[in-house]
Amino acid sequence: MTAAITPGIRAILPRPRPRRRVVIAVVTTAVLLLLACVIALSLGDRATAPAALWDALQGRGEENTVYAVLEVRLPRVVLALVVGAAFGIAGGLSQSVLRNPLASPDVLGIGAGASTAVVAVIAIGSLGGPVGAVPIPLAALAGGLVAATLIALLARDRSLRGRRILLIGIAMSTALTGVTQYLLTRIDVYDAQRSAVWLTGSLNARGWDDALPVALGLAVLLPLTLVLAHTGRALIFDDDVASGWGVRTGRMRVVLLIISVCLAALATSAAGPVAFVALVSGQVARRVGAVPDIPPLLSGLTGALIVLVADTVARTALPFQLPVGVLTALVGAPYLLYLLQRRRRTNGSTP
Amino acid sequence: MTPSLPTPSRLRAEHVTLSYGTRDVVTDLSLAIPDGKVTVIVGANACGKSTLLRGLARLLAPTSGTVLLDGKSISEQPSRHVARTLGMLPQSPLAPEGITVRDLVARGRHPHQNWWQQWGDEDTVIVDDALRATDTLELADRDVDELSGGQRQRAWIAMAVAQNTDLLLLDEPTTYLDIAHQLEVLELVSTLNREHGRTVVMVLHDLNLACRYAHHIVAMRDGVIVAEGAPAEIVTPELLRDVFRVEGAVVVDPVTAAPVVLAHRIAVD
Repeated sequence: MTAAITPGIRAILPRPRPRRRVVIAVVTTAVLLLLACVIALSLGDRATAPAALWDALQGRGEENTVYAVLEVRLPRVVLALVVGAAFGIAGGLSQSVLRNPLASPDVLGIGAGASTAVVAVIAIGSLGGPVGAVPIPLAALAGGLVAATLIALLARDRSLRGRRILLIGIAMSTALTGVTQYLLTRIDVYDAQRSAVWLTGSLNARGWDDALPVALGLAVLLPLTLVLAHTGRALIFDDDVASGWGVRTGRMRVVLLIISVCLAALATSAAGPVAFVALVSGQVARRVGAVPDIPPLLSGLTGALIVLVADTVARTALPFQLPVGVLTALVGAPYLLYLLQRRRRTNGSTP
Repeated sequence: MTPSLPTPSRLRAEHVTLSYGTRDVVTDLSLAIPDGKVTVIVGANACGKSTLLRGLARLLAPTSGTVLLDGKSISEQPSRHVARTLGMLPQSPLAPEGITVRDLVARGRHPHQNWWQQWGDEDTVIVDDALRATDTLELADRDVDELSGGQRQRAWIAMAVAQNTDLLLLDEPTTYLDIAHQLEVLELVSTLNREHGRTVVMVLHDLNLACRYAHHIVAMRDGVIVAEGAPAEIVTPELLRDVFRVEGAVVVDPVTAAPVVLAHRIAVD
């Protein structure tokens, strides 16, 4: 139908019209994110002017400012970025693959699974067991994966797309929260208090060490997600349609869901289950991109932006610091209710 | 039963049994789809015709026997490779909410792309051609949910056209359409066959439409083929009784010269 085009040239040709808006949305969100980073690095007990911020980032200028920017704000901003991106990608992937706007790792109890495992590890230390026998990120990963496996087994539905999976996920979430609460009553007061703050989702008093596992996870899983995204996009269609395009639907679904669970669990291990970020990011990305699927890069950037802005507001807007999870919950809960009632009305299958 | 004709055939079923769970729906069935023709599979409800089509499209793996595409077992060939030769449109597929016609049609290019080479000029041209061929170009930027049944079906067929496969399998492409839209869709399929040389296999409910548009009819009952051949040769009152359990007459349409079935009453065994 057309003259042969060499692969090299084809690769740099512009995408067709349906995806152009996604590219624009990605660039716009990235710019907003950069802006948010500058603001977040500037704000604190004492705001830093742009010139002083620039100097401080290079280690020059007043010692207190350099300390505040490089040692206090920068790690926190980086942590917000990686945690938000991980939650955002995780949420978008599972909503897309399960074709359900409610099916994000936080709603399905993956975050709760990771939390329970982490608190269990803390409890073992607290009750005189070997402290730090299992690193926290690994515990969270294990907890998340176990919760996901249980949900998949209980759903007894190979496509994992029915309504059951949501009910089971919500039930699982509630049960695991109960277990976590029980564990909290058994451990020493200091650990319990620390865990309770973590469980609300907070970036307070965390640093590079907490960001590193999430960053590593993203470094491995984000490229993998982007490579699989082209095929993953086909999963928003019925299996017969996607199979007709040569997509191995069952296998692809499992791989993408595992990536989603791992990212959500790692983000949870670093910042606690920051409420609703995974749920909201994917939905915002889908609407902003104006496409029927959820582009992972866009949902990741959206998640990063949500967590960074929420954390900056939570730590600067009031005379005292709020955990970021409180703020995201205040915004996210009404959104969840909106989705629930909208779903009852349309009963359609959208990611 | 006629033995398979010595016409060339890229898609064949050899002693295929297809089952859902433990229930065999199609049993020990052999069939050669004639190249470059329109083949229509007919039969009463639940006779296994859609199941056969799914088997031919490797959406359902046979419990015994083999489906051969170009002489090799279809299940042993890479799925993407098959998808560049054989396209399948399931019965009334659901489009994801908020997808535009152009986006839907562009998805047909999926098997021709990969993650680092997602879109090229060639794809744009083929998608535009598919939109034009199915008369959906002016609908390209509309959402699929907003379309009428006939328009929606044309958009889905455009997707299958953009997949640019030599073989096109359609499961009841006229379901839920009024008579004008049915003709519209079947004329389109007929054009694809005539002008683009595509081999078409369809499942149709309406025996008269099947007679009109098929070169080759495959009549099924209880998971086996009862008769196959040109409509004028095999569509007889006996076939009506055997396949559909209906007493009736077969006359010739003075305009199209195709056999027309007049159903009189339900046959008593």
